[in-house]
Amino acid sequence: MSQAFTIARLTLVEASRRRLLLAMALLTLAVIVLTGWGFSFLPKQRGVTPAEVRSAAYILTVLVAFMFSGVLALGSTLVASPSIAGEIESGIVLAIAPRPIRRSEILLGKWLGLAFLVVLYAIASGVLELLVIKLGTGYTPPNPAGAIAFVGAEGIILMTLTLLLSTRMAPMTAGIIALVLFFVAWIGGIALAIGQAFDNHTIINIGLASRLLLPTDGLWHGAVYSLEPDFVLNGAQFAGRAASGNPFFASSPQPVAYLGWAFAWVVGLLGLSTWSFARRDL
Amino acid sequence: MALAGLTMSVRRAEVFGFLGPNGAGKTTAVKLLVGLTQPTAGEAWVLGAPMGDLKTRQRLGYLPELFRYQGWLTAHEVLELHCHLARLPRARWREEIELALQTVGLADRARDRVSGFSKGMQQRLGLGVALLGRPELVLLDEPTSALDPVGRHDVRDIIRRLKERGTSVFLNSHLLTEVEQICDRVAVVDHGRVIAKGTMQEILGKQGAVRIRVGGITGESAALQRFGAFEVEGEWLTFRGLGEDRVPELVSELVHRGGRVYAVEPRQETLEDRFLELLKESDK
Repeated sequence: MSQAFTIARLTLVEASRRRLLLAMALLTLAVIVLTGWGFSFLPKQRGVTPAEVRSAAYILTVLVAFMFSGVLALGSTLVASPSIAGEIESGIVLAIAPRPIRRSEILLGKWLGLAFLVVLYAIASGVLELLVIKLGTGYTPPNPAGAIAFVGAEGIILMTLTLLLSTRMAPMTAGIIALVLFFVAWIGGIALAIGQAFDNHTIINIGLASRLLLPTDGLWHGAVYSLEPDFVLNGAQFAGRAASGNPFFASSPQPVAYLGWAFAWVVGLLGLSTWSFARRDL
Repeated sequence: MALAGLTMSVRRAEVFGFLGPNGAGKTTAVKLLVGLTQPTAGEAWVLGAPMGDLKTRQRLGYLPELFRYQGWLTAHEVLELHCHLARLPRARWREEIELALQTVGLADRARDRVSGFSKGMQQRLGLGVALLGRPELVLLDEPTSALDPVGRHDVRDIIRRLKERGTSVFLNSHLLTEVEQICDRVAVVDHGRVIAKGTMQEILGKQGAVRIRVGGITGESAALQRFGAFEVEGEWLTFRGLGEDRVPELVSELVHRGGRVYAVEPRQETLEDRFLELLKESDK
């Protein structure tokens, strides 16, 4: 196991030496400062009621969360796709794999390092952004920690998928396939909501299959639900079918079983990646 | 299938040369031994354990042919990483790293990032990595391909010192003069098969060749056949496999037939000659 931690540490050193951490930190800070500055104008505007401020702050919070989840999804595929495939192409792995280290330890080390980066980014950006929104508008979503956890988990799912693809494909191909699947799953989630609103079982099954095959969208809806205050949930009951298919709305929390499935999905894919990497001739 | 019919053994504390043309299967063989590639069939033992064995890899040093180190690490950090991966006790790291850096002549560049290293310096670093922890067997895949003549000389010295220390060295190379200078035994591989193996002397054969420059002799080839097969290149005649004791007889025969002998050069067959001959025979 200590060998896996050596590889994990190496992955973090790489992210830092290649200035990935610095670039992400600077860009995220710029976004947070800008949104905080924008949000702070809302309550000061004349004729705006506190209820209207809350309503606008809620919408903006969901959209900012969507942006961060997008950045995390793109970022985790971009860092994971070259992690195995790139090192095979460059020959770096030729010096590491003949050491007394199992392929599973190399893979697990990479995963741990990348998962640490994803979680670090989700927590740092989420906490700072929500803090800035609270300072600017006084608004706090009902379950901020839940939202951050769901967005982070989404990144981990996508990173794990990319890592599996990276054991067999070129970095570019692995990254692109993972991103396309991410967007397909997003549409699958919309299809599920529409199917449920119109009670169409075929569409529901397609949507459910997509949510099970790649749990990113399911987790995104978990994040959205964590950000929805009561007035939004109550109001949605009256909207009926008109609100269906909105990817920025979730009418119910994700069941615990689904979270269990997402966890099992990650473990299963890690196992599959290890199997695939161990059988690959380098 | 890249390899078929590859049977050979390497003894302790010997320098074993593994020769063959490009694409013969040299690198594949080494990759099998260190566990980078899985065999479809067949078996091999490395230091008494089946090839690829995890624990045995602790006693191996390996320099891959086409490799790169993490450019964002310094040479010192690369060596440290490999001390970690090789499971060396932490108390030995400093001594091992300093020794490796000195051995390959990179002590003054230890704190520089590898991305700024030339190909030759990367190869020196690779050799340093392969020597960490004083392994019992060192596998070197084309260790001098990117080195200048000074570097090549240094590597030959390093290999000789390894041998003195009791380390076995498995050297993949197509630089035949180099192999000739340092290897105790060699195996020649072509199309994934060993076509010859043995000590350098066994491979080269005891009998060499003799080159004679002779003028004023024509149409005598039939009479000279009894000295064995020979080639004619202008005034030069080359007799292969002719024993040294028969050279005076050959010269007197040539003189007797009116030849004017300007030069007689006994020539030891080089590994390169023998190598080309072996490949030609194997292609037949």
